[in-house]
Amino acid sequence: MNASAVVTVEGFVAESLATHGRDPRHLLQHLIRVQQRFSYVPDAAVEALSAALDVTRTQVRAAVAFYAFLHERPRGAFEIRFSDNITDRMLGSRRLIRLLIERLGLSGLPAWGRDLIRDDGRVSVGLASCTGMCDQGPALLVNGQAVTNLDAQRVDRIADLVQEGIPLERWPGEFFRVENNIRRRGLLLGNPATDGAALRRLVDEGADAALAEVERSGLRGRGGAGFTTALKWRFCREAPGTDRYVVCNADEGEPGTFKDRVLLTDYADLVIEGMTVCAGVIGARRGFLYLRGEYRYLLPHLESVLQRRRAEGLLGTRILGRDGFDFDIEIHLGAGAYICGEESALIESLEGKRGVTRKRPPFPVTSGFDDQPTVVNNVETFLASARVVQWGGYWLRGEGTDQSAGSKILSVSGDCARPGIYEYPFGTPVHRVLSDCGAENTQAVQISGAAGATLSPAEFDRIIAFEDLPTAGSFMIFDDSRDLLDMVRNFAAFFAHESCGFCTPCRVGGALLRNLVEKVAAGQGSEYDLSEMRHIGAVMREASYCGLGHTAPNHVLNTLDKFPSIYRRRLAREAHTPSFDLDAALSEARGIAGRDDPGTHIHKLSGETA
Amino acid sequence: MAEKPRVATASLCGCFGCHMSLLDIDERILQLVDLVTFDCTPLTDIKILGDCDLGLIEGGVANAENVEVLREFRRRCKTLVAVGACAVNGGIPAMRNQFSLAECLRESYCYGIGVHNPGIPNDPEIPLLLNQVHPIHEVVAIDYFLPGCPPSADAIWTFLTAFLEGRPIAFPYTQIHFD
Amino acid sequence: MSKTFKLDGREIPFETGQTIMDAALAAGVYIPHLCHNPEFAPHGSCRVCVVDVGGRQVSACTAAASEGMEVDSSSEAIQATRRAILQMLFVEGNHVCPACEKSGACQLQAVAYYTGMLAPHFTHFFPRRPVDASHPDVVIDFNRCILCELCVRASRDHDGKRVFAISGRGLESHLVIDSASGLLGDSSFAASDKAAHVCPTGAILPKGRGYETPIGERLYDREPISIVGDVRAHEEEVL
Ligand SMILES: Cc1cc2nc3c(=O)[nH]c(=O)nc-3n(C[C@H](O)[C@H](O)[C@H](O)COP(=O)(O)O)c2cc1C
Ligand code: SF4
Ligand code: SF4
Ligand code: SF4
Ligand code: FES
Repeated sequence: MNASAVVTVEGFVAESLATHGRDPRHLLQHLIRVQQRFSYVPDAAVEALSAALDVTRTQVRAAVAFYAFLHERPRGAFEIRFSDNITDRMLGSRRLIRLLIERLGLSGLPAWGRDLIRDDGRVSVGLASCTGMCDQGPALLVNGQAVTNLDAQRVDRIADLVQEGIPLERWPGEFFRVENNIRRRGLLLGNPATDGAALRRLVDEGADAALAEVERSGLRGRGGAGFTTALKWRFCREAPGTDRYVVCNADEGEPGTFKDRVLLTDYADLVIEGMTVCAGVIGARRGFLYLRGEYRYLLPHLESVLQRRRAEGLLGTRILGRDGFDFDIEIHLGAGAYICGEESALIESLEGKRGVTRKRPPFPVTSGFDDQPTVVNNVETFLASARVVQWGGYWLRGEGTDQSAGSKILSVSGDCARPGIYEYPFGTPVHRVLSDCGAENTQAVQISGAAGATLSPAEFDRIIAFEDLPTAGSFMIFDDSRDLLDMVRNFAAFFAHESCGFCTPCRVGGALLRNLVEKVAAGQGSEYDLSEMRHIGAVMREASYCGLGHTAPNHVLNTLDKFPSIYRRRLAREAHTPSFDLDAALSEARGIAGRDDPGTHIHKLSGETA
Repeated sequence: MAEKPRVATASLCGCFGCHMSLLDIDERILQLVDLVTFDCTPLTDIKILGDCDLGLIEGGVANAENVEVLREFRRRCKTLVAVGACAVNGGIPAMRNQFSLAECLRESYCYGIGVHNPGIPNDPEIPLLLNQVHPIHEVVAIDYFLPGCPPSADAIWTFLTAFLEGRPIAFPYTQIHFD
Repeated sequence: MSKTFKLDGREIPFETGQTIMDAALAAGVYIPHLCHNPEFAPHGSCRVCVVDVGGRQVSACTAAASEGMEVDSSSEAIQATRRAILQMLFVEGNHVCPACEKSGACQLQAVAYYTGMLAPHFTHFFPRRPVDASHPDVVIDFNRCILCELCVRASRDHDGKRVFAISGRGLESHLVIDSASGLLGDSSFAASDKAAHVCPTGAILPKGRGYETPIGERLYDREPISIVGDVRAHEEEVL
């Protein structure tokens, strides 16, 4: 909302091009700026960017249509998006959405991909996938800035601010306060301080010694897949290529995960140090931090850390005074696409394109950014690497299990007294986390996000470790007052919304699955529909192209097995029910005929018109 | 001797082409009447559906009456078969799903070429149309599908003989086509 | 000695770098496929070529062949997965075969026959999609597009034009045309482009022709695609 100066679209694009360059790979970054400024991407911007960057206008439009935070048509001057994770819903977000809509004089409810836009253009209300504020939700984004701890009072106030047209800079600062909520510190969170010790050791003892420490530590990736970090770095180092790149995956899109947000807030120096160490080991001169759009409020902070480190000689040219050790980092923003956390889709997005998963192999370590060898690691992995190089591999091995050295940082949310960040040694059982965070009468834990596993109480003594329960860190708790079908509905809609659309099983299967879940939730489902859900889920798991589609049906398949009653209690008596609402399917005809007598209705069960 | 299996057929939103194809089995129809008893079907003019072993449905579901008939068939028939493209996926009538019902009716009854006395018919006797045309498996459970527009007489024959003899149903390559 | 792997029990020779699909096709063994066309880089999006390698499902068109691997391409389980994928493609678009000029010579249809698909099984989406007849020589019916991106790849990699792209995401993904109006007639597309001749379905068709071959004599009327081969190998006959 800086409506102060009148800027033409062409002028704005020209300025963006002048400041940020004409590399076609910056397309997405230009688009994000245009969106931010004009609340949409006008045709004039499409034409100007297409001409300047030598990409077709179709490619520009295709990118706009792909990213949930870019729009072809104007959104409100205040563009509001409620975080729509199940944890937000559990904290009452639906009620608050209705309240705001009513206060703003809008009608209806926003849905995925369908925003409510007020006629005067002042405000629009939409949804966003989990914005990573589950420990302080319900949350929303207003013009990309996170607002936390929503309650009726705060929503009321927001409605006033919007009605009065008060620019964001003058909104109460506490609206935008994001807490770290670190509840349990371990190996990594114990101490945020760094004075460049890892880098110094790298420079003093050489890249081989640094890599040897990472190898010795047994460190495995913290982003989910758990690939051995040293191996990744070594592959990349040895891969043929003219340039090498380091990419920090700060997309943190997995619903219920917010630990990278905290790491980037309080431990940014260490994360960047880890990236720099990696650059030294593999011989990279450029790095990227891919920051999810939801965390754009962190941008100034991160830029300032980068700037300070440059000034301190820890980043930029001649790092720590050593000739030839040049490495710098650019921050690229995402724009609302969960798939862009998948490393190859992330690289596509870094290159300015739609975030569609690449064919693998080749893996990024041999052919990543610009088709050059690239290391992509999670925020937490880089943080751990910095400490490992500083304190040695044995330091990490001192905790954890055989196959899972060190600790894991969990994002705990849902039904518990103390949601927040908890760091545990690998090997910690689920029940320990539950008792530490003050969870009671727990019915289920969703571990590792929507894509992860649904655990029933019988499994609470399983341990967090790659050999048992691997997790990217999300830990969502549901007590026995919850209807788990609400969770399933939320996740099924999430995956259908976030599928990149490249492959058939995930693109179509995900939508079919969502529709079946909704059908059952509406009390119109049958036993047959449950078997169909299993069938579609199995095809998605087996035949999808990437991890999103492979894991998208997990929550359905898990709950069908472990919590069958959430479905069963809603089934119709028949073994088969129509795939659509028969009576509603006569609505148009009733309207045209101007009739609504009993003869114009179809009875659900009997099938006879009355 | 055990009673002969009873067979019923119906045409919902179709063109009777599939029924024609059934008649196209030519002299084999004599064999067929030996093998089965026809219950309610446009071929016999029996109007009331009794309990049947086999129901053959041509056409998709386009209006409230189609729904009623189809459900009655599902209740009465042990085995229900979708015969032909329209029953299988909505077929040509489902091309109207590209438009709203109002658009379709206005085009047909008001603005279309050669329309006299424009006006959308509104007699309570006329079954109300559904917003969209649906294949029959979207309304009731279907046991077998026989694609084709229409399925060839040979395909129908292959199905009927295998079904009546209790053999697994398998078609030669040339008998399966979607058009 | 050349290296081999086993495909449904049969030894298939291959060279390093070949995919399972390359090697199978070279050996004359058919694995169903839609988005794959040997003239273009493997794509891996349709998933119809799914095969089982040691209990894991991979796409034959993108998975590298390796010595001694055992590939299952014909078990009922694999065929059932393929059938489900094809059924998804059918319910995603609007495939009214009786009213389609491509019918009988359509690869989507032929692969469906090959896998024993009799009906679309799932619930239809019945999307509303346009037909673009703005070009003098070629018509695009988006109802029949399966997003295989062959036209995208042909136009970009062969014709050097970038006429096509995929826009949107998830089920909203759709083919778009690069022109100010979004219409094919206003783009640089020409009937002689490679992109005009690669569509495995009836989505891209030459104008003014259709239903020329009598039923019973069309490409896939008598013999399955596993014997007849892809549409593109029969360009002259079918177009
Ligand atoms: C759909 C999908 C989403 C993902 N999202 C993330 C993410 O948000 N952050 C992340 O670090 N890794 C994510 N990953 C995993 C990455 O692909 C990749 O494995 C990881 O960044 C590698 O880093 P690591 O070895 O340090 O774990 C995702 C994977 C998939 C399939
Ligand atoms: S599984 Fe397929 S459609 Fe889903 S995100 Fe991956 S590539 Fe895209
Ligand atoms: S493209 Fe193929 S499958 Fe689709 S309608 Fe035409 S013939 Fe049928
Ligand atoms: S138009 Fe044809 S070639 Fe192009 S993506 Fe669609 S189905 Fe594939
Ligand atoms: S042919 Fe292999 S995925 Fe399409």
